[in-house]
Amino acid sequence: MEWKHKNLIDLDCWEKEEILHLIDQAGNMEDLLNRPIKKVPALRGKLIVNLFFEPSTRTRVSFELAEKMLSADVVNWSASGSSTAKGETLRDTAWTLESMGADAIVVRHGAVGAASYLQRKLKHAAVFNAGDGAHAHPTQALLDIYTASKHYSSLEGLRIAIVGDIVHSRVARSNMIGFRTMGCDVVVSGPKTLMPPELDYYGVRYFKDPREAVKGANIVYLLRIQRERQEQGLFPSLDEYFKLFGADEELISLAEKDALIMHPGPINRRVEIDSLVADGPQSVILEQVRSGVAVRMALLYLCLGGAR
Amino acid sequence: MKEKAKIMSDDEMERVLKRLALEILEKNKGMSNSLLVGIQRRGNYLANRLKQYMREMEQEKVITGVLDITLYRDDLSLLHDQPVVHSTGIPVDITGKNVILVDDVLYTGRTVRAALDALMDLGRPSSVQLCVLIDRGHRELPIHPDFVGKKIPTSKNEIVEVRVVELDGVDEVVICERGE
Repeated sequence: MEWKHKNLIDLDCWEKEEILHLIDQAGNMEDLLNRPIKKVPALRGKLIVNLFFEPSTRTRVSFELAEKMLSADVVNWSASGSSTAKGETLRDTAWTLESMGADAIVVRHGAVGAASYLQRKLKHAAVFNAGDGAHAHPTQALLDIYTASKHYSSLEGLRIAIVGDIVHSRVARSNMIGFRTMGCDVVVSGPKTLMPPELDYYGVRYFKDPREAVKGANIVYLLRIQRERQEQGLFPSLDEYFKLFGADEELISLAEKDALIMHPGPINRRVEIDSLVADGPQSVILEQVRSGVAVRMALLYLCLGGAR
Repeated sequence: MKEKAKIMSDDEMERVLKRLALEILEKNKGMSNSLLVGIQRRGNYLANRLKQYMREMEQEKVITGVLDITLYRDDLSLLHDQPVVHSTGIPVDITGKNVILVDDVLYTGRTVRAALDALMDLGRPSSVQLCVLIDRGHRELPIHPDFVGKKIPTSKNEIVEVRVVELDGVDEVVICERGE
């Protein structure tokens, strides 16, 4: 197919066929992870900068592995100890990196719109959004769709229940868009204080009671609860959150028999998820991590190849 | 793209493949330490055809695998669209084995160069041999086939298309003229 994307800022401009093509390609990339030599020369000579203004382990490592397995040259640029600490703006940092010959910049930033801003300021380099504020984390949604697709031949018509802190979650926003594009019925649950006002825009339904949301779901997606939200008074205590919204065996039993349990990690045991569920037979949490590398390889391959 | 001439019919293709199967068996003294590796996508179907004929002739087990060379191509930064990546699947460790690469058309030799690199990342075969249905000339790299179905002189404006039943509904080889 003709591939028109050279960047990935948000999934809202991606068609279903494009996502399907990417996950098909990711499937063939994943074979590489099983080989003795986990490297192919496809992106030889391309320079990719990982520009991380927020701490991240799995996303950064996953991007870095994907870049290295495709033989790109990789530079990691973190905000602490760099010129950002000396007051350089995002724009100037990006221009500096582009002048050094970067072909692509993978960016994570606390501000909504940072990736899109960067893309507008850069002349040549491609931009991949690795998380911008509470706005979007599109590669996480792609790897979640990929993981789910390995267990279901089609996602069309499946029900996915996303439970937790939706309002602060870029993972939730990208997944709502992504799974809706794939034709899923997306429902959400969590404390009312943690719900965004724009659920209608995403075409998802809210259930106050998580049991109502999880009932009949094919995928139960749990979000990480950040402890500081409790300090802000958005819910009374972590214990109470677990009692009301935590995924234990009882809650999961309401979903379809072989429903997948997903979580973007890192998990808080006994806050949003019980260990029996996180480590149980339906959990694909570790599979998600593995999928991340394959999906990011496919993304880089599709967007960075070809004559630019 | 205009079709100019049919250069191999289904009967002819069958005869040629049977001869190639025999030649490979002869050179390798059977297939006990050898395997056929088809280059995606049409080489894959030809390798399966060779396997079938070898079995009929020798009643011997023949191992086949498939190799996708897309990520090893040397023209990725020149093409406008990224070529589709297909799967690679070789069921055994190739180290110490004779690998017979199977492809439909040998032209510039660049696909075979990529295939050699891809193979070396998978192990250290004791030898690599090349079997092609059509050799159309115009090599750009020092690569030479060991088993050739048919040598056809062509001009660079022409395209040689190998069609197989599994993908194209018919077994044949045709020469086409590249469109304007």
